[in-house]
Amino acid sequence: MIVATIHIDNKPYEVQEGDNLLSACLSLGFDIPYFCWHPALHSVGSCRLCAVKNFRNEEDTRGHIVMSCMTAVCDGMRISVKDPEVLEFRASVIEWLMLHHPHDCPVCDEGGECHLQDMTVMTGHNYRRTRMRKRTFRNQELGPFIYHEMNRCIQCYRCVRFYRKYAGGRDLDVSGIHNHLYYGRFEDGTLESEFSGNLVEICPTGVFTDKTLRKHFTRKWDLQTAPSVCVHCGAGCNTIPGERYGKLRRILNRYNHEVNGYFLCDRGRFGYEFVNSDRRIRRAHLRPGTSDRSAELEPSSKEAVVASLEGILANGKRPIGIGSPRASLEANFALRSLVGPDRFYTGMPESESALVSLVLETLTCGPAVSVSLREVELCDAVLVLGEDVPNTSPRLALSLRQSVRRRSLKIADKHCIPLWNDRAVRKVSQEAKSPLFLATVAATRLDDISAATFNGTPDEIARLGYAVAHELDPAAPPVEGSTSEEHVLAACIAGALKAAERPLVVSGTGCGSEAVIIAAAQVAAALHRVGKTAGLSLCVPECNTLGVGLIGGGHLEAAFKEVTSGAADTVVILENDLFRRADAKLVAEFFKAATHVIAIDHLFNQTASHADLLLPAATFAEADGTFINAEGRAQRSYRVFPATDEIRESWRWLYELMQAAGKTDLPLWTTPDDVCRSIAESIDALKPLGQVAPPADFRVAGLKIPRQPHRYSGRTAMTAQVSVHEPAPARDADSALAFSMEGFHGHPPNALLDRYWAPGWNSVQALNKFQSEVGGPLRGGDPGIRVLEPAPDREATYPESVPEAFSPRAGERLIVPLYHVFGSEELSAVSPGIAERSPGPYLGLSPDDAESIGVDEGRNVRLTVADVVLVLPVRLIPSLPQGVTGLSVGLGDLPYVQVPAWGVVTRAKAGD
Amino acid sequence: MLSDLVKQEIRSRVDRDHPEAVAVEALHIVRNHYGWISDEMLREVAGLLDVDPAELDGAATFYNHLYRKPVGRHVILVCDSVSCWIMGYESLVAHLTRRLGIGMGETTADGRFTLLPIQCLGSCHTAPALMIDADLHEELDEQKLDAILAQYP
Amino acid sequence: MERPLTRNFRPDGPFDVKEYEKAGGYEALRKVLTGMSPKQVCDEVRASNLRGRGGAGFPTGAKWAFMPPANGEDRPRYLIVDADEMEPGTFKDRLLMEGDPHQLIEGIVIGGFAVQADVAYIFLRWEYKLAEKRLRKAIAEAYDSHYLGRNILGTDFNLELYLHVSAGRYICGEGSALVNSMEGKRAIPVARPPQQTESGLWGRPTLMNNVETMCNVPHIVKNGAAWFQGLSVCEDGGTKIYGVSGKVKRPGAWELPMGTPLREILEQHAGGMRDGVKFRGVLPGGASTEFFGEEHLDVSMCFDSLAQVGSRLGTGSLIVLDDRTCPVGMLHNLETFFARESCGWCTPCREGLPWIANILKDIEEGRGQPGDLEILEAHTRMLWIGRTYCALAPGAMEPLKSALRYFRDDFERHIRDKRCPWR
Ligand SMILES: Cc1cc2nc3c(=O)[nH]c(=O)nc-3n(C[C@H](O)[C@H](O)[C@H](O)COP(=O)(O)O)c2cc1C
Ligand code: SF4
Ligand code: FES
Repeated sequence: MIVATIHIDNKPYEVQEGDNLLSACLSLGFDIPYFCWHPALHSVGSCRLCAVKNFRNEEDTRGHIVMSCMTAVCDGMRISVKDPEVLEFRASVIEWLMLHHPHDCPVCDEGGECHLQDMTVMTGHNYRRTRMRKRTFRNQELGPFIYHEMNRCIQCYRCVRFYRKYAGGRDLDVSGIHNHLYYGRFEDGTLESEFSGNLVEICPTGVFTDKTLRKHFTRKWDLQTAPSVCVHCGAGCNTIPGERYGKLRRILNRYNHEVNGYFLCDRGRFGYEFVNSDRRIRRAHLRPGTSDRSAELEPSSKEAVVASLEGILANGKRPIGIGSPRASLEANFALRSLVGPDRFYTGMPESESALVSLVLETLTCGPAVSVSLREVELCDAVLVLGEDVPNTSPRLALSLRQSVRRRSLKIADKHCIPLWNDRAVRKVSQEAKSPLFLATVAATRLDDISAATFNGTPDEIARLGYAVAHELDPAAPPVEGSTSEEHVLAACIAGALKAAERPLVVSGTGCGSEAVIIAAAQVAAALHRVGKTAGLSLCVPECNTLGVGLIGGGHLEAAFKEVTSGAADTVVILENDLFRRADAKLVAEFFKAATHVIAIDHLFNQTASHADLLLPAATFAEADGTFINAEGRAQRSYRVFPATDEIRESWRWLYELMQAAGKTDLPLWTTPDDVCRSIAESIDALKPLGQVAPPADFRVAGLKIPRQPHRYSGRTAMTAQVSVHEPAPARDADSALAFSMEGFHGHPPNALLDRYWAPGWNSVQALNKFQSEVGGPLRGGDPGIRVLEPAPDREATYPESVPEAFSPRAGERLIVPLYHVFGSEELSAVSPGIAERSPGPYLGLSPDDAESIGVDEGRNVRLTVADVVLVLPVRLIPSLPQGVTGLSVGLGDLPYVQVPAWGVVTRAKAGD
Repeated sequence: MLSDLVKQEIRSRVDRDHPEAVAVEALHIVRNHYGWISDEMLREVAGLLDVDPAELDGAATFYNHLYRKPVGRHVILVCDSVSCWIMGYESLVAHLTRRLGIGMGETTADGRFTLLPIQCLGSCHTAPALMIDADLHEELDEQKLDAILAQYP
Repeated sequence: MERPLTRNFRPDGPFDVKEYEKAGGYEALRKVLTGMSPKQVCDEVRASNLRGRGGAGFPTGAKWAFMPPANGEDRPRYLIVDADEMEPGTFKDRLLMEGDPHQLIEGIVIGGFAVQADVAYIFLRWEYKLAEKRLRKAIAEAYDSHYLGRNILGTDFNLELYLHVSAGRYICGEGSALVNSMEGKRAIPVARPPQQTESGLWGRPTLMNNVETMCNVPHIVKNGAAWFQGLSVCEDGGTKIYGVSGKVKRPGAWELPMGTPLREILEQHAGGMRDGVKFRGVLPGGASTEFFGEEHLDVSMCFDSLAQVGSRLGTGSLIVLDDRTCPVGMLHNLETFFARESCGWCTPCREGLPWIANILKDIEEGRGQPGDLEILEAHTRMLWIGRTYCALAPGAMEPLKSALRYFRDDFERHIRDKRCPWR
């Protein structure tokens, strides 16, 4: 960094030479108003609000107005941010934008957190001088997530720039000309991009607002919020959920420079409504008469349930515990402590367990290091092996979209175009892309930016990876019998990775193949051997897959065996619907063999309905918890509101069960910190867990961090219909956060940062005030700690054997899993908006295969895998290789089928 | 539905290096053939060029001559820029609207004429001027205009 | 007096290629291709002091020199002729294209050679149907005669020339917007940097010049920079096509020495005001220049002297305001044009211009209010250079700013009397 000294209103400041002037001034703490500029979308200079005055030199007293967002900082520069002409001009810009703005703040969803409101106040424009009639527009119906109100538009172009250029969406654009610009779709219809929800935060006013929030609307200042972590995939995006009246109202992005930055995917933003679902288990349940399970579960008192558990746990054979990759470390560890490490099962089926172990081994043995989502964006050549990233880890896909821009940025740099000058960068670079290679089972929503795609079976994908490794380093085993095209492709990929400054290999558990993960590790290892530091990003399915993997334990089938063999007769199931992870028949047999089934979960599901004892578990919104994401980053998520009814954190239930079971050597667990301490003590890999977040007794100047903003309203009246006496705020002994509006309202440690607000900045843009420099890390460091670091200088070793080439089997087809961002994940799928976007279960066939079977799109076929028979409608997927059939995963009430596997597909019979 | 001929013409204009560049030209072709560009036609062109209709509409609604609404058999483009305005634009338009019974931007009931304003036609020295379809008419007055209109059945 | 640009003009249509050759056409091209290096051509143009005729008056030779040196590999390089002439009051390029299309083509080929372009485009506005027809014919002839295409005149210089017909918008004439338009996008300007010469069409080096600018090139090359310089009566070289519209006796266009006094153009060539009307003011260079009054009539019509008295030569097209025409109405007409043609990219232009037009309409129709003129005045400052994204809006402020000065009484009378005195 070259330091430049600039004078702002005659005071010297040190900034980075060439930096964007607006961003530099904001970073220095100046309040310069802006609209079209965004730290992630950079400068286009269209709104003209960010004017400052530039003086040629000390003698120049007149100066001239420039747009700070379009100006590069240079040493010796003299500017004024409060020159009267500048102030007059900024106020004019707001006046122009207000000519047609409807001034409907009182009924606008954005009111109170509106960047336009903030900027209007900041510039001091307040008197309407025009006599013109306002122009009006028709609004569009944009689907379940986004509400459209075009009259509020101030034409900053941010929405289309984000949607199209940043997120790669196509179905939103600007039309019209002069002062009649329209931002919308060609016609009414659901916004297709899975990143559409970010429009809510990108739009500086109320044109695009959160439709799910609208259905149970609450102003920002009335929301109780907490720092949370998304539970809907393995990426671990940071979120800020907001609650009022015991209902979760919405999710906003929580900035973490290393993880999700400014953006979430729609699954993460709109998947929250399962928390409010009618299907929530709110009370403890008991099944009367335990022998044949014919009776229905009945709500019961917590005491009665615990008492009966006491009997079961004290008298039964030792119970086993089935944990869950979607439950927190605390919950899983508590279960493990209840049943003992040797009787703890991770809750993952054998196949998945093996994949997860492999991922952990790869990430801990090196040589490649797992990269954060931000680092992904810096990689200039990427190979994706097997993973349908947009569907399994959508936020990672968004980062990959940014990574291909590396070449553009390099070209721009060569032309001396500052990288923040967005239109100029795109112009000189002609959007040249760095190479992204996609080897996946079928087409993905990243194909449009890829340098080359390869669709094949998991083994073929693995073989391609091996071939790339061999091309990179001849010491890696060669792949025999590949076609010349595969050869050329492998050489081309190897060449691109080698030529890159920061190559990246992406893979994961998605296609269910160990060979694919090994192949990805091989490519990374080979790169290492030829002197390249390769990044590795391995996708895992759930929010705590790696966490439960690190705790360790047997797989699901082993748990079944334990019970069916009679070695155990009691089972405690933690936040896990076994029917989504194992063959229904096996699960049924398992339940039949178990004398006592105790389930702890959020929602009534099939497993819950098989339980004899059911305990209501708090969701992420009501429980603190620690999760480890795919990168290997441990992150603490805090409850947003106190659980109601009998809902409690799973670990608390389990702790109570330990006490009920008469355990003697109980550690003293009163807060999640205590549980984490126990985890750190007993699990080596999780030693750093103690530092994941400030302890529960942390205070700033003796104060807790309030979850409610200082403008939180109605506290004295919220429950007046019950009692006119204001209830005492719920206590939170578990963390430094408080369920209250009293406390420290400044900048707390970032792990505890539960909203962005600064004087004059009520919108999400207030975030600027919390970053060390705008768009950079949070001041004081981003939350979370990496727990998976490979040992330094581990040498790569190559396996001996390479997977065989794919040979089709007569009469059989390889069934592979296909994922959907909307629908494949269990909890979010319960949210109405996500459910609306989710397709129904289907079987994907290539058109040729469909023809040979004699079926068309939409017609039913019969799939037989092992002894499961499914009847499903056909979806034609042209990119599927012949002989390969895709089975949608996790959609609707589709029973679990373990794939990849060989199966038979035939036309459905009349009765099917 | 675009005719095969139109589709053929659009395809023939596609520059291999820059397929997206043909967007405006393709809409031009459609407009030349059908007089205007309906939603349906726009959607079809978008399909041909593999762009989203929203993006194509962005271009279609930007330019003057890519009509997104139906027009009459003949389009009268009256120059409303400054020199013509000085030289009698207002009375010319008054005469036209009286004769045709329509206002600016409208189409006669019989579908014969659509009346639209246009920027300076570069006939400032021969003002006032207007174009009917592809023909420029200059130094107009009311009698001359009546005779000219008669040429467009 | 020499009139190189218009000497071939004939009432019965332009010269075909044979006639053009007979009149000495394509000799300049032959001279260039057989004996000059690209750099020599650039130097000659630079020495001639030719300044861009598109409105901004940028020295042409200097612009050509901005083109990065061709290394034979980074192809293609483009040359674009801006024939989008839509500045109200301007019709010179139309006359040049209709009157002598081969002259433009010859200029393009020479310019193309000078900057080593591979592909040239004429970006023509849709409404210029006659020019389109004549250019198409001339281009075809030029190809047939090996003035265009591969191995031009047997040399190894190649140049393809395409006629691109615009879908219509004033902003398309702005260079960077024009490029976006040619790329099939919305014609939104792009701020510099990058310069087009570095990154223009498709990100490639691109030279853009006005029609009249290019038409001068063959004559410069053929007769030399000194001759060209000698044509003018001021610092800038060459002749200029001045046009006059409004209520003068003989509206029209004349090729005259660059720097001809305004009064001479108005009184001698345009014949002075029509009977019954008096001169009140003139926009000297198209719609986006500042008004001049009587006191300026002796100014010499060239870039520098007009700038000195606070207006611009622009396109050199005079629009005359007479005493029977309402200045407020004229301003309303002008600003309505600019408001309609704003591309909508930046706030001041997109929102400010319609507001201005609306106020002017109110004043003209008797609904003006005290304070309106202050709002208009504020806009002339707020929509100034640097505050808007491109030059459209500042251009729109030039006539307004000067009108508020020159015709202040008229504006105030409208507001006071609540009606237009001319109606
Ligand atoms: C709003 C706007 C419209 C313009 N329209 C034209 C035009 O129609 N024709 C033209 O030659 N230049 C036009 N220009 C000027 C061009 O941007 C450019 O300066 C010119 O074509 C360069 O050529 P020259 O150097 O030969 O003058 C326009 C500029 C602006 C800002
Ligand atoms: S001044 Fe702004 S809105 Fe106007 S034409 Fe230029 S860029 Fe477009
Ligand atoms: S923020 Fe600088 S112009 Fe919009």
